[in-house]
Amino acid sequence: MSGLRAMSLVALERIVVAEGGRQILSGVDLAIDRGEIVTIVGPNGSGKTTLLRTVLGAVRPQAGRVRRAPGLRIGYVPQRLALDPTLPMSVGRFMALPARPPAGAVPAALAEAGLPDIADQPLASLSAGQVQRALLARALLSDPDLLVLDEPTAGLDQPGSAAFYRRIESLRNARGCAVLMVSHDLHVVMAASDRVICLNGHICCEGTPESVASAPAYRALFGEGTRGALALYRHEHGHSHDHGTRDG
Amino acid sequence: MDDTLIRALLAGTGLVLATAPLGCFVIWRRMAFFGDATAHAALLGVALALALSLPVGLGVLAVALVFALLLFRLTRGGEAPDTVLGVLSHGALALGLMAVALLPDAQVDLEALLFGDILDVGPRDVALVWAGSAGVLAVALWRWQGLVTASLNPDLARAAGLRPERDDAILTLLLALTVALSLKLVGALLISALLILPAAAARAFARSPESMAALAAAAGAVSVAAGLALSVALGTPAGPSIIAAAAVLYALGRVVAR
Repeated sequence: MSGLRAMSLVALERIVVAEGGRQILSGVDLAIDRGEIVTIVGPNGSGKTTLLRTVLGAVRPQAGRVRRAPGLRIGYVPQRLALDPTLPMSVGRFMALPARPPAGAVPAALAEAGLPDIADQPLASLSAGQVQRALLARALLSDPDLLVLDEPTAGLDQPGSAAFYRRIESLRNARGCAVLMVSHDLHVVMAASDRVICLNGHICCEGTPESVASAPAYRALFGEGTRGALALYRHEHGHSHDHGTRDG
Repeated sequence: MDDTLIRALLAGTGLVLATAPLGCFVIWRRMAFFGDATAHAALLGVALALALSLPVGLGVLAVALVFALLLFRLTRGGEAPDTVLGVLSHGALALGLMAVALLPDAQVDLEALLFGDILDVGPRDVALVWAGSAGVLAVALWRWQGLVTASLNPDLARAAGLRPERDDAILTLLLALTVALSLKLVGALLISALLILPAAAARAFARSPESMAALAAAAGAVSVAAGLALSVALGTPAGPSIIAAAAVLYALGRVVAR
């Protein structure tokens, strides 16, 4: 494990985070390697978003270490974009925040995200799904080594979520960037992951989606039902897309 | 036009260079109370400077900076900032008024402190306002991308390797500096109006953060010119006339943009 750590993009060691006297994360170890898709699942209040924000550097842990590979580029897709109506923001302008990409990159990225010809439209006029795609396209503009997504499919229906995660998977395959995401859509997202981390203030269990889904700690948190749903999703997935099988 | 009016016009338009971009951030980040509180605290700076026989501008700048940083620290905690700011804002105003009244044989024109006296600016004041505003504008432009990103979502800025906390502190300092520059021109009670009204008027016509700031500068300059004209024509005080013109501009904008 320590050999792997040396090449990790981000490594958290024995992280402790407390807020307002409540311990949110205790003794969390997490290393993300180049090109892997890691998903954090856990009940509400289990510290998922806090863990993600610790990776971003937005939360400073009380104890433990955060190491990032030198020059690491992170692309971040927040759960929601609370757009204040007093802030005028076109889609094209938003894409150029905070780093102005080279000329032509924004229209190309929007077209790739399935959002052509909307660069001049107000960001506020987009649907939830369009905003989600614009956020992802913006995050990809910096050519990130690590893509961090916080509940990226909140507000999408199940087929929409499944399509989004397939997109993440194909992005990873094409670009080789690592992906760290938090999700509620347990079964759907787990199928698209190389590694699942089940979090509840500490790491309850982690491993391949299958091993986590059958782990007693996971079942204690989420019950028995999700395993069947995972199989169902695998089944649908196999039929709708010809991805073949993929090992980690 | 006489020299007084020309100097007033120059000073007002110079000040707008700073208040336009900062006013946008005040609106986007809902910092109206913050601007108010800092402006009110500036009164304390006047009293302190006069009591210690220091230059008034220096006292105002120092107190505005200290108070703004104090507010910055307080509001970081996120505990009912509106209430805390309200208390601090009006507390500072009351204390400032008391302190000015307590000065021995003071030659303080209370009306000028509260509403400004832009018709009383000298050539040095004009130069100072332009230099100060240009400095504020330059720093605001330098940090622009990060400040706009953090106004939208601080984590987007952090993920990109920026430090929004540092940019927030810079914005706070710029606001304090702008308050110090504005006090003589529009007075403690109207500074935040000069920040907010032109930017609010610009919002309806803006499609990007940059166009909003540029339109706010234009709206501010028009307000200054129209307000001074009103003041001359009606014999009304200049500061309130400028703000009234800005309010009319805002209302017109709302009607036209519909």
